[in-house]
Amino acid sequence: MRRFSTAWNPYVAGALSGLVAVASVAVTGKYLGASTTFVRGAGMVERLVSPDVVASLSYYLKEKPIFDWQFLFVTGIFLGAFLAAKLSGDFKIQAVPDSWRKRFGPGLGLRAVAAFFGGIIAMFGARLADGCPSGHGLSGLSQLSVSGFLSAAGFFLGGILMARLVYGGK
Amino acid sequence: MELLIGLCTGLVFGFLLQRAHVLRYDKQLGALRLKDMTIVKFMLSHIIVAMVGMYLLSDLGLAKLSIKATVLGANILGGLIFGLGWGLVGYCPGTSLGALGEGRTDALFGIAGMLVGAAVFSRSYDWLLTTVYTWGDYGKITLPGVTGLNHWLVIAVLAVAYVLVLRLLERKGL
Repeated sequence: MRRFSTAWNPYVAGALSGLVAVASVAVTGKYLGASTTFVRGAGMVERLVSPDVVASLSYYLKEKPIFDWQFLFVTGIFLGAFLAAKLSGDFKIQAVPDSWRKRFGPGLGLRAVAAFFGGIIAMFGARLADGCPSGHGLSGLSQLSVSGFLSAAGFFLGGILMARLVYGGK
Repeated sequence: MELLIGLCTGLVFGFLLQRAHVLRYDKQLGALRLKDMTIVKFMLSHIIVAMVGMYLLSDLGLAKLSIKATVLGANILGGLIFGLGWGLVGYCPGTSLGALGEGRTDALFGIAGMLVGAAVFSRSYDWLLTTVYTWGDYGKITLPGVTGLNHWLVIAVLAVAYVLVLRLLERKGL
């Protein structure tokens, strides 16, 4: 089972993923993206608690809490990664990433707080920009859209800045 | 049917992301700390192939491009805010699910946060529409449209630029 335990060449895997994106457009006309799914997911969770709130917010009317192509695409990423990790012997339950552990120690608490609040901030930004590294980064840049270049520049600038704050430029 | 194709597309995409090891926090932060550019290599290779393929399909009339609107305020501010959050969580929306798939359980906290972030955004949307979304709204514009250059020329120039960036990264051992 340890046939592919080393990583594939990122150029080959990236180029193949580009072909997947092109095939997707050719077959269904769908461009890769991920962050809208979190709006639908949030709407589904909120609907369980208070359906009235969901019905009254215009953003949930725009991005309805339903299972669409992208929702299944994102679900597929989870399954595909699981399958690849299992087949290659790469699967590993790990709660605190190596570089985080080196900097802050093995405690899960701080990592969980950072991941949670980082997630809130990242998703707010992605929805404001109308896309994430998939929708703007991959699909946007592939289509030469100006919004893709601006957003992707923002993603990396903001990310590099935060990485400096977290790791102190080391 | 469309849903099933979506699932299969995600499956293959997730498989490739995992095999290239680009899902994990250490690789995402590696790029943001300018130490390990694996995710940039993956992304630029994807883009080089996809921009040729997508414009080919579009020229042949086999597919329609789907351009997102350019709103300077929203793209720039949203992009920067996303980046700041990304540097903390270490996963982007798509890779968070993939990272969970390969066993990185801290992604669960990230995913929970992203769902909360989406709920917070839903409550801010109406206000944002009258403010940030009005700052520099240029509609659905592309580089070829803005520069007036043929899209194949723009693609050729960008492809060369991306390859030069990748060569530089390789030379620097990143």
